[in-house]
Amino acid sequence: MDVRLTPEQRQLRAAAARLADDLGPGSVLDLADDDRVARLEKAVAATGWRSLRSDGASGVEVALVVEEFARGLVDVPFAGPVLADDLRRPADDRRDPAGAGAGEAQPWTIAVDGEAFDARGLRDVVSAEGNQLLSGRVGEPVTAIDLTRVRATVLGPREPVGELSPEAAGRWPALAVVVTAADALGAARGAHALAVDYAKVRSQYGHPIGSYQAIAHLLAESLALIEGSVSVLRHAAWAVDELSVAEARAAARIAKVYVQRAARTICETAVQVHGGIGNTWECLAHVHLRRVLTSTELFPVRLEEIDLGFS
Amino acid sequence: MDFRDAPEEAAFRDRLRTWLAGRAGTFPKSGDEYWSRSAQWHRDLYGAGFFGLSWPTKYGGHDLPAVYDVILDEELARAGAPARPSLGYLVEGLGRHGSEEFRQRFLPGMITGDERWCQGFSEPGAGSDLASLTTTATLEGDEWVFHGHKVWTSYSDVADWCLLLARTDATVRRHKGISAFVVNMHQAGIEQRPLQMINGVSNEFGQVLFDGARAPADHLIGEAGEGWALAMTVVGHEREPSTLGFSARYGKLVRAMAAQVEGPPPAELLWAAVETEMLRLHVRRRLSERLDEVVHGPAGSLDKLLMTWTEQSVGHAALAVGGTRDPELLSAYLYSRAQSVMGGTSQIQKNIIATRILGLEA
Ligand SMILES: Cc1cc2nc3c(=O)[nH]c(=O)nc-3n(C[C@H](O)[C@H](O)[C@H](O)COP(=O)(O)OP(=O)(O)OC[C@H]3O[C@@H](n4cnc5c(N)ncnc54)[C@H](O)[C@@H]3O)c2cc1C
Repeated sequence: MDVRLTPEQRQLRAAAARLADDLGPGSVLDLADDDRVARLEKAVAATGWRSLRSDGASGVEVALVVEEFARGLVDVPFAGPVLADDLRRPADDRRDPAGAGAGEAQPWTIAVDGEAFDARGLRDVVSAEGNQLLSGRVGEPVTAIDLTRVRATVLGPREPVGELSPEAAGRWPALAVVVTAADALGAARGAHALAVDYAKVRSQYGHPIGSYQAIAHLLAESLALIEGSVSVLRHAAWAVDELSVAEARAAARIAKVYVQRAARTICETAVQVHGGIGNTWECLAHVHLRRVLTSTELFPVRLEEIDLGFS
Repeated sequence: MDFRDAPEEAAFRDRLRTWLAGRAGTFPKSGDEYWSRSAQWHRDLYGAGFFGLSWPTKYGGHDLPAVYDVILDEELARAGAPARPSLGYLVEGLGRHGSEEFRQRFLPGMITGDERWCQGFSEPGAGSDLASLTTTATLEGDEWVFHGHKVWTSYSDVADWCLLLARTDATVRRHKGISAFVVNMHQAGIEQRPLQMINGVSNEFGQVLFDGARAPADHLIGEAGEGWALAMTVVGHEREPSTLGFSARYGKLVRAMAAQVEGPPPAELLWAAVETEMLRLHVRRRLSERLDEVVHGPAGSLDKLLMTWTEQSVGHAALAVGGTRDPELLSAYLYSRAQSVMGGTSQIQKNIIATRILGLEA
């Protein structure tokens, strides 16, 4: 038993973090900066990480990149294309480096409940209906609370583009749940970092607000929630490829239920620590919160779905 | 990265599972039974080769990596057995701050369970603010003589020895004048006053009054004035779920409750299951990090908070499942309230996290 990240995984995480820090939005105004978005898109495309799965990467690596991108509010498609790439890998060899998504000019994204998710600038969607993979086209954007990821209608005709083995059809939801949990955790970590920084610079009554226990303790609790989330998510991300379908799904459910509750609390704390500013559109805290709420609702898991017969 | 057992770990788990299966049905069913048999449980576990796993062989341990403790905790929980005796923090304290002679004398008995220990740190006037303690130790000839009042001393009524903090120098400030001693609990000059916990048990902790109790001069650990460093080692490890082995207790109770509910389980129980699983995985992650020689630091306070939230969620589950009419579950609920106090309160852990990890100035 050794659950440390490998050196390669740490490097991948660091590279993803750097990219997000360099080109992610540093303010709400930045969200509308098309030049920045174009540079970010180019940089993300150049990494090739959207086809991590067909390149043979594990759920752990996917979750690490998703988490870092969400932390930095990366606002070009990633989770959607990664999941689409996983679906479109050749069924006969699920770890074949020359997979379907690799080398394509345009990544696909996924459709969930009849809506294209993470669709900014993309043309094609894939969705899994039972064992069937169906294609479609990205239509008009629909209003969405998430300011960093685009949702759109799906246009037909929806054509069969492949079939999942029962094993793959069962396992895929584990990855989808892990990815959305990783996204929520990353977005919450970003909100926490923002709030800790603010607590050091904002002064009231002649002292930084972070010197008041009422504030400091909220931020300390958030950090503990982050640590617990990292631990439970790492196991679920590993389980995607390493455990049986039933165990992988159970691990993913536990992780998501824990992380989604933690992530919302952490973001709410970040809003509170910012005071009045935290309740304005201009403060990034709500952008993080919105992303957390969106990722919570995608591939949702309710507490009632937890199986008490866990390992 | 692998959450699975390596072959040696799997073999160990198998042996342990077989041993536990052979004892199925013999585990205590009530709190009273648990208390009356806890010393025997320690000796049995040790005798079968399943205790002191990560401690040095020369003191009676097995020199195994710390992950073996995780396997032990998981299997104890699975079998519905009592948790492993929780004295790792005392072993760490003596192991790190005592001389070799000291370790040779005291660690083996502590690890085998032949000699039982208590920790005399807290006082009526010195709880969170431990450095304000006022118990004194004065050297008279070749003996130290102790005067003072300790409180919340766990297992003081059954202890043979006390790891005691006392002031040896009143002229220097606060923690500088504190020293650590090993004091024999079986002597005149020590008076025990039991305390009853809110769940009714009186075996958990007591008050200990020192009025002229004595210890040989060489029962001072390290040098005079070095007690604070030892105290920090002890409380640091007392915050670690991996050192304490409590996660077995939570897992066991969640399992027992799951078996007992009919129909849809209450939300509190489901949440306790999620927290318990989180803690189990968190302990694995922390112990793996030790392989990188990650030094022991303020992160222990994060772990203590996670452990506290887990225990208190299990307590709430106990209340949801048993109401107030199931005496064992009610007792588990009431006991869970102590977790945010013992070993440093949750507020103190948050102070440590805020100042030492987040860099927020106090
Ligand atoms: C079950 C149990 C077993 C124990 N076993 C032992 C043992 O074996 N040996 C031993 O030495 N001790 C033991 N203790 C004692 C324990 O370490 C103390 O109770 C604890 O450190 C708190 O001290 P106190 O009780 O004096 O509370 P206080 O320090 O008086 O705290 C009272 C309240 O004030 C808060 N508070 C205090 N200071 C601050 C601050 N600076 N900022 C914010 N809030 C603050 C606390 O969080 C708490 O809520 C045990 C306690 C329990 C409950």
